[in-house]
Amino acid sequence: MMAALILMLSVAALLQFFVSYCRSLIAASRKQPLSEEVRDVTGIKSMTTGDDFARVVQLLHLCPERPDDRNGIQAIGAYFQLLSFLRSSIARLAPALRAWTEMERAQCAYFAAVALDRRIAFSREMFAQQMGG
Amino acid sequence: MCAFARHSVRRYLALNIYMLASLLVTILRYWMFSHYGFGSGEYFYFYYYSDALLTIGLYFGLINLYSHVLNELQAGQYVRLAATLLLAGTAVFSYLVVQQSSDRMLTRFVVELSQNLYFVGLVLTYLLWGAMLKMRETRTRLIQLVLSLGLYFSAFAANYALRNLYPSLHMVWGYLPPLMALSLPLAWAYAFWRVPEEARLAPARLAVIPR
Repeated sequence: MMAALILMLSVAALLQFFVSYCRSLIAASRKQPLSEEVRDVTGIKSMTTGDDFARVVQLLHLCPERPDDRNGIQAIGAYFQLLSFLRSSIARLAPALRAWTEMERAQCAYFAAVALDRRIAFSREMFAQQMGG
Repeated sequence: MCAFARHSVRRYLALNIYMLASLLVTILRYWMFSHYGFGSGEYFYFYYYSDALLTIGLYFGLINLYSHVLNELQAGQYVRLAATLLLAGTAVFSYLVVQQSSDRMLTRFVVELSQNLYFVGLVLTYLLWGAMLKMRETRTRLIQLVLSLGLYFSAFAANYALRNLYPSLHMVWGYLPPLMALSLPLAWAYAFWRVPEEARLAPARLAVIPR
């Protein structure tokens, strides 16, 4: 009984911390503007949408990994999956929740686009170093 | 290493000492694992005794984060006193739970203390996060350090609860902790390396229930 109660509280807290942590990662990236190059490559015109996420992540996998951003991308990927699950299940019954999940999914896509921007810059730097050396 | 590179070792000294201790323990655990094997008594004892010590270390790391958040209220000494009393209370409670056991009482106590400290850590981190939202804390790095610590404590508390509910799946609960333990150094490394000390964000954006 006690273990079940602890489990319930821990899982509830885990979910809450996870959502807040992912939102803190997203909030930190929101201030960074997207370069024209990334906008061209991803086809993002003005605002990102949740549907951009999969395409941007595919492009991310084509770039050499930066060790420092891998975990953030994985965490946001898991958060995106959670949002997509909510959107296709509970959010069908609550329009406000549906709008919220859609907004969050769009911000996940923006986070991924910022990460892509960084990886492109990183690849360019590596290439320049190789050419220089 | 990331904290050292970003000149944040002294500011978050307790967290960095914990990370250093954690690294040393991991190396020693690997040595025990490779010499005695995963199922050996030596590895078992070393794992749980070192886990209890590390959990106490992390508990003081959490108290250090409290000091950062409540710095302006000049409440540092009260926080430390309350934390010490709570730690002693948790130890007494753990002792009362295991005192019926006749064999390997110390080992049972150590495991029980670890388990209870994870839950106490989770509750304290949750309270700290609530205080940060209430006080409109804006330091991005501090927010990420606290949230990742909350994730870590809640994952371990849930793992211990599952272990008590389904002891027959001990292989699963045995392998999960090392994987979960990876999340904390990675998240903290990210916070120290990628997030500048002066970075700020609006905390209201992070609450699961919008404020």
